Amino acid sequence: MASISILDPTNESKPATRELIERPASIEGHTIGLLDISKPRGNVFLDRIEQKLQERGAKVLRFSKPTFTKPAPVDLRHEISTQCTLVIEALAD
Amino acid sequence: MEHNAPQLPDGLVAIVKRECATCQLVEPLLAEISHAGKSLAVYTQDDPLFPESVSHIHDADLAVSWHYDIETVPTILKIENGVEVDRTFGWSKNQWRAITGMNSLGEALPDMRPGCGSMSVDPDLVDSLRAKFSDSPVISRTVEFSSAEDEFEAIYARGWTDGLPVIPPTRERVLKMLTGTSRHPQDIVALCPPDLVELTVEKIAINAVMAGCLPEYLPWVITALEAVCNDEFNMHGVLATTMPVGPVIVCNGPGTRAIGMNTGINVFGQGNRANNTIGRAVQLTIRNVGGGRPGEVDRATHGNPGKISFCFAEDEERSPFTPLSVERGISEGKDAVTVFAGEGPRCIVDQLARSADELVNSYVMCLQAVHHPKLVLGFDAILTISPDHGRLFQQENWTREKLVEEITAKSMKAGVDLVRGAHGIAEGIPPHLESATLPKFRPGGLLVTFAGGGAGLFSSVIAGWANGSIGSNPVTRMVQP
Repeated sequence: MASISILDPTNESKPATRELIERPASIEGHTIGLLDISKPRGNVFLDRIEQKLQERGAKVLRFSKPTFTKPAPVDLRHEISTQCTLVIEALAD
Repeated sequence: MEHNAPQLPDGLVAIVKRECATCQLVEPLLAEISHAGKSLAVYTQDDPLFPESVSHIHDADLAVSWHYDIETVPTILKIENGVEVDRTFGWSKNQWRAITGMNSLGEALPDMRPGCGSMSVDPDLVDSLRAKFSDSPVISRTVEFSSAEDEFEAIYARGWTDGLPVIPPTRERVLKMLTGTSRHPQDIVALCPPDLVELTVEKIAINAVMAGCLPEYLPWVITALEAVCNDEFNMHGVLATTMPVGPVIVCNGPGTRAIGMNTGINVFGQGNRANNTIGRAVQLTIRNVGGGRPGEVDRATHGNPGKISFCFAEDEERSPFTPLSVERGISEGKDAVTVFAGEGPRCIVDQLARSADELVNSYVMCLQAVHHPKLVLGFDAILTISPDHGRLFQQENWTREKLVEEITAKSMKAGVDLVRGAHGIAEGIPPHLESATLPKFRPGGLLVTFAGGGAGLFSSVIAGWANGSIGSNPVTRMVQP
């Protein structure tokens, strides 16, 4: 069998890797962003999380995406990154 | 002539091959021209010994023939200051005399003999010559498989298929595919979700080869990708949703017939190359370029077999209705694609209706089941009407508008029957709509199409996904060559 060459069908890019920040010893005094992706009843879940975090001395800011079906807009991501010192990233359905 | 073409000497240049009877006929004339003191360079394509009577150069790799667009042998070129100023092909006594300035040339020969095909346009050679010589700026990385590897297995192992074998996208095949579009290989068609990378015509062509497309399908694939890769259609969400939807591609216009698309028997099924490979090429591109793979960003609970490919054309010649593309703003007679986030088709049986009204009553009852009979307005649908059903509307001169109006009117339901909890079913519309009366579909949310085999009193419904700005809107785009 002769060798064969083909053209790469992918985008040929490598994802950028970013270091995680060190895990903080305490959340006290931190500003934590909670992003509601706008799925039904996500707010019920996040209300409870917000309450729990506040009990431990964190300041909580709430954000929400316009629709769960699309990525968060750039402005929203920028807002979260400038206003929060910690982010809990999670997705559920 | 392209910029990297071999330089030809000033004077006359002849391109010939032994296999051609006309070339053999004119062989003595080449010697005569040469002996008359004319500057003559002879290039031979096949036999390096031909023509024996005059000195010649073997165009072994066909570089001269390819770069000077030789379609027929013999061809005589006239070169001045390195530039072609005249050419003649085949044997024409008058033209040969004119280009050589020899007024008694070929007196004994007939006035005219057609030439033969140049080897540089031989269908078996032309793809490799294009790959070797053309300036085409194809810039994708080359992936070489070892001689011990089976290329089909190797491509599958790299995760570049939809689970079915693909055609290996060799450079030759990709360059041939690119002849199907006038667009430059590096033209950026869209940002391809989910990774939002720049999607070039070249990358589409590679994936179209893999899908099994012919070059003439490529403009349809490009247009369908333009139509899905935007905020309106929201391909990112169509991938990410747990619902079983993928891009359903509806093609319109005379081009659907030119490329041999199926609009009849088994229109949604297997067996037609254009239908099946255009949709497949779109999905392979989303997978390979955009990075949209099942289990990663594609989170579908069940998916549907149409996510390998779901593409069909409307039967505009038999349809009693205006084409879908015209309904959606494209001029009559233009090629267009409409993309719709849809699941698999479901049959609507009514073999007893003998009037349009009776049939619409059946349609409405079946259409209510789109995703859930108690969920309204949130999902669009495609209704595909068969010729046997279409006849009832034709007989009563129903237009598309009339049909949609009737379905809308007859689908009205009281909110009290639809709200959450009604009829012992938790699913339903929010309680604040209890006193409303609502149709099944939003305005513009029912896309009527006409296709299918000539026998069968059935129609088909393709249910959609979350519609509007929270989900997806159908998108229609004109196909550019």
